[in-house]
Amino acid sequence: MTATNALPERPQRRVRGRVSFTTVISWMLRITIVVTLLASAVSSVLKDRYSIDQWFDLVAFGITIGSVYALIALGYTMVYGVLRLINFAHGEIVMAGSFAGFFVAASLDSTGALNRYPILGFAAMLAIALLVSGGIAVLTERFAYRPFRHAPRLAPLICAIGVSFLLQQSFRGFFGTGLRSYPDPDWLMPPVSIFGFDVPAVQVLVVSSAIVVMVGLYLIVHKTRMGTAMRAVSEDVDVATLMGINVDRVVTFTFALGGAVGGIAGVFYGLVFKQVHFFMGFTPGIKAFGAAVLGGIGNVPGAMIGGIFLGICESVAPALLLDGFGIPAPHQMRDLVAFSLLIAVLIFRPYGIFGERLARRRG
Amino acid sequence: MTTAVTTLPVLHPARSLARMDMTLALRAGSVAGIVAVYAAAVGILKVFGQREVIVDHLTLGHVFLFSLAGACGAYVWTRSKASIRLRVINVVIAGIASGFFLVALIALMANVNLRWMFTALSSDLLRSLIYDRGAVGGSVLFLGAGALGAICGALLIGLPQTPRRCLVWGLSAVLIAGVFQELIQIALRFGWPITSLRTFLYVWRGLTLQGAMIAFATAFCVCWALDLGRRHLRRRRGPADIDVAIPRLRSQLASAVLLLCILVVFPLVAGSYIGQVMMLVSLFVLMGMGLNIEVGLAGLLDLGFVAFFAVGAYTMALLTADSEFALAHYTSLPSLTFWMALPLAVLAATGIGILFGLPVLGVRGDYLAVATLGLGEIVRVLVISDAAKPVLGGAQGILQVPKPTIGGIELVDPMHLFYLTLVFVLVAALIAWRLEGSRLGRAWTAIRDDEDVAQALGINLVQCKLLAYGLGAAFAGLAGAIFAAMLTSVYPHSFSLLVSINVLALLIVGGLGSLPGVIVGALLLIGLPEVLREFNEYRFLFYGVLLIVVMQWRPEGLWPSPQRKREVRTPRLG
Amino acid sequence: MAVASEKTRSAYAPAGLKPMITQTIATEHFNKRQGAAPVLLRTVDLSMRFGGLTALDRVSIDVHQGVIHSVIGPNGAGKTTLFNCVMQGHRISSGDIQLAGERLIGLTPDKVAAAGIARTYQNIRLFTGITAIENLLVGMHRHLKSRWWEAVLASSRCRHDEEKAHAEAREILKFVGLAGRGDTLARHLSYGDQRRLEIGRALCTRPKLLMLDEPTAGMNPREITEMMIFIRRVREAFGLTIVLIEHQMRLVMEVSDKVTVLDHGVKIAEGDPAYVKSNSAVIEAYLGHAAQRQEHPA
Repeated sequence: MTATNALPERPQRRVRGRVSFTTVISWMLRITIVVTLLASAVSSVLKDRYSIDQWFDLVAFGITIGSVYALIALGYTMVYGVLRLINFAHGEIVMAGSFAGFFVAASLDSTGALNRYPILGFAAMLAIALLVSGGIAVLTERFAYRPFRHAPRLAPLICAIGVSFLLQQSFRGFFGTGLRSYPDPDWLMPPVSIFGFDVPAVQVLVVSSAIVVMVGLYLIVHKTRMGTAMRAVSEDVDVATLMGINVDRVVTFTFALGGAVGGIAGVFYGLVFKQVHFFMGFTPGIKAFGAAVLGGIGNVPGAMIGGIFLGICESVAPALLLDGFGIPAPHQMRDLVAFSLLIAVLIFRPYGIFGERLARRRG
Repeated sequence: MTTAVTTLPVLHPARSLARMDMTLALRAGSVAGIVAVYAAAVGILKVFGQREVIVDHLTLGHVFLFSLAGACGAYVWTRSKASIRLRVINVVIAGIASGFFLVALIALMANVNLRWMFTALSSDLLRSLIYDRGAVGGSVLFLGAGALGAICGALLIGLPQTPRRCLVWGLSAVLIAGVFQELIQIALRFGWPITSLRTFLYVWRGLTLQGAMIAFATAFCVCWALDLGRRHLRRRRGPADIDVAIPRLRSQLASAVLLLCILVVFPLVAGSYIGQVMMLVSLFVLMGMGLNIEVGLAGLLDLGFVAFFAVGAYTMALLTADSEFALAHYTSLPSLTFWMALPLAVLAATGIGILFGLPVLGVRGDYLAVATLGLGEIVRVLVISDAAKPVLGGAQGILQVPKPTIGGIELVDPMHLFYLTLVFVLVAALIAWRLEGSRLGRAWTAIRDDEDVAQALGINLVQCKLLAYGLGAAFAGLAGAIFAAMLTSVYPHSFSLLVSINVLALLIVGGLGSLPGVIVGALLLIGLPEVLREFNEYRFLFYGVLLIVVMQWRPEGLWPSPQRKREVRTPRLG
Repeated sequence: MAVASEKTRSAYAPAGLKPMITQTIATEHFNKRQGAAPVLLRTVDLSMRFGGLTALDRVSIDVHQGVIHSVIGPNGAGKTTLFNCVMQGHRISSGDIQLAGERLIGLTPDKVAAAGIARTYQNIRLFTGITAIENLLVGMHRHLKSRWWEAVLASSRCRHDEEKAHAEAREILKFVGLAGRGDTLARHLSYGDQRRLEIGRALCTRPKLLMLDEPTAGMNPREITEMMIFIRRVREAFGLTIVLIEHQMRLVMEVSDKVTVLDHGVKIAEGDPAYVKSNSAVIEAYLGHAAQRQEHPA
């Protein structure tokens, strides 16, 4: 508020409600959150319950699960960028990929091929998962979302919830309600040593492959014609149409790409947690959406960073923050941390930590 | 599936038309076939096969497959533009194509073990599919039945309106009489003339063949007679009188009251199990009315609705229960009765609603859905966690919550609780109805349509949204409190996200913003799965399908509010 | 400047608003006393930046009470941004905005509306799913005093309130030329009717200052003339001050008392229409473009 002194007799009558109630609440909330976080972190560190090894494990696990979240978040962010739609079913698409990978792995495992040809087996798992998930994503878009392209905002969202349940319950019907455990090939057994710390091989495999996938995706989005068209559509649909871009094709491509990456994420998720279940896609899906918002929705590199940030938070925070209060069994609270972060992001930084590229057109 | 081939070759119109029709037939048949295979793989077909419509003659599975073939026959018949002869051929092709997929599945199942992957594809299913006739016989049967079904469907759609409508009603009557046989048999247990009617129509397992015929004939004749009567009326009055003007809000309440009256009488006739089911239905109606204020009126999509339900239930339990977790147990507070705790439970839910709402309601549109979903999950994680166990009882929950009493009489029978809930539902309906037409209701509509403009017109967004959120939370809290008293216990597992989805789905199916719609939705989505228990497993599958189908083909819901109907159904001009 | 005759005015003036009219008839003679009228809306060095883009650059405008003040300028000059800033839809980067001496900065839009500003939108933003009269009733929201529990209990005050509001809404409906069409869905009204209904909705908030964002966009010359007469009538009947964003030069020149010209977020000229028309900077920056765009420079 500079340069207001140009007006000498500036009146200063206060209008009631200048500082609105919500603003006060919001600031109180921020201050409370920061103070609590600091206090608990300090008291945790003072308590010194965890060794340096344990902290390293937590961070390593956080990065692993975070890179899986990042892959899932990419699907949300790309679809939201193009259609302004929260693809609620994306978590289920991830689950489908996990199942596909599981069946490939299980059938290879039963013949012993998984142990004999590790690279081939792993590639086959990823390839099938990618195809299945991408295919389901494209079908979903074609039959459930396309009719709502120009509908008011509530309708496609509700339909997306419907699709999510349809997929989830179909898988439940197809493959049963029980947990199925991922095969544990021998080549994933020995831990890998990094900086003198032992890290499970799965984590190394997942993080490094995730990085490869992310780089590949970044190149697709930023260097290919289709990727350029995608970014154009997410910038402005109408102008993109006028420029001769076939929006339907771009949307289909986006869903295929997001679904494929989601399928790969599903396989990784299955490898990390060693099991598949029909409900497994839901929670990581919601969390990854938070990661996408955190990175600025529609922003591809943002989603990657958001995902990894979320993963580390979720893994470290229970030990760092909740233990300080002497809360029993803090690791039950992993989801709590993730959801709290999600809500905090939605409330305080709905445009993400990297600014407000889409701020003007959202909502 | 509906996109026809658009590029027509110019040279041989007749031949290309025929080819187009062939593609149409094959495509329709494939869709029907894929749906059938899907139903088999997901396990619905098996469950359908176990539910008999006519004892020893017809199961719901047969009806399902046959009507699939019929639907694709009817579709081909209406869409095809070729000559009659070609059309018939196309219909038959479509029917055979629809049967072919299941035949392929049977062949696959006979040779490959799919069971390790698809749990539903058991040899059991295979046997029941082909009626123990062997693979070849069964396959022929399937193809034949597919063709027959398609022809029946085409015939039905080709009939003039009156006989078609009567036929459909007659067949539906048989279906209803068969599927709901337990219910109807219980309802028919009074008095000898009715009892003898029952023994004539039913054996204890279900509808008999003669019963089916009678049900069909009765429905057919009644429908025909009604149709004649209606036509007679129209001739005398002229067609203009038949068109009803847009119904007012008042008629909304009237229909809601009428539905409620049916609700009141129904359990009296249908016995105590139905009383229990209706109790659950009425609880969901109560919650539906709460969520309706949030989603239907104010347009705030809330997926964490269950949180308020949980708060209501836990408050009730903590205040009244006779257990170690009750507040009275370790504080100096007295143990309250149901009636004293009820307003407190509602207050607690409202308070939590407002507390949540203040920060969250600034979040816009679709983000709000995710934020509230997160809130609901947080509440669930907290309740079930070890951290809250000393207070909330952890996964074991809180037991021994007393039932409500009126004038010293304990309301033990679910039927009594049902009537109690119904009273609350009436109050809730009245509140919702009055608010809808009020200044606040208009502000909600404005916010739903265009938040920015509403605010620029002087509407206080925070206040209006909080009111919607708080009222919704209050209704949910009330429902939760009654729920705790009904079960006499609370478990964290009762408060999963699925409850929120349940309530949302019943709102969407009934019609957003519509009070009678809430009741219809609750009856369909809560009542029906309880009556048809074996389908319970597939309940959320049906919800998913229903949400998609309703949003695509009937976005205003089954019993829409007049306003919503206007919005959706009138074309946009200019 | 043409002034509606006494007869037409009373025919259109809503019954409930008569006192306001007599009070402000003095504005008819505005032209004679220009400069003497107090400032109603004042922006002081108002700047608005979106990232690197400066949409408004130290714009100071004084809108005097009772005038029709036009804001013109080529596309992207920052006219609508100015409206958004006044309404507090954007958080402004620097500067000050005052309505009758009260600072508006930091208020929420609903508080700004309560302070007495109402606006319309370039692309009509009616509530399309509800009827014309319901649209007006939404505009009256602020003036209905009954609380929600009174509505639930159907108290007599609430019913009285509602009846009064409906009566007033019908008056406004008549004023905007939609008498008897109250039960039509807003989206089924013709384009011109929607424009006037939107102005009517703004009037329902009983503003001191009405901001019209291109009320003649997409209209033919005959409709533009009608809209011109209508805007004058609104000013006369309600004694309002009007800020008008316009592209139609004919309308601007005939209807405005004062014109401000923006170009790329900078105020380049201000004065009465005749002055602005002859200002060389304006001709260069704006009318040049306008002539190319085949509009109707007066």
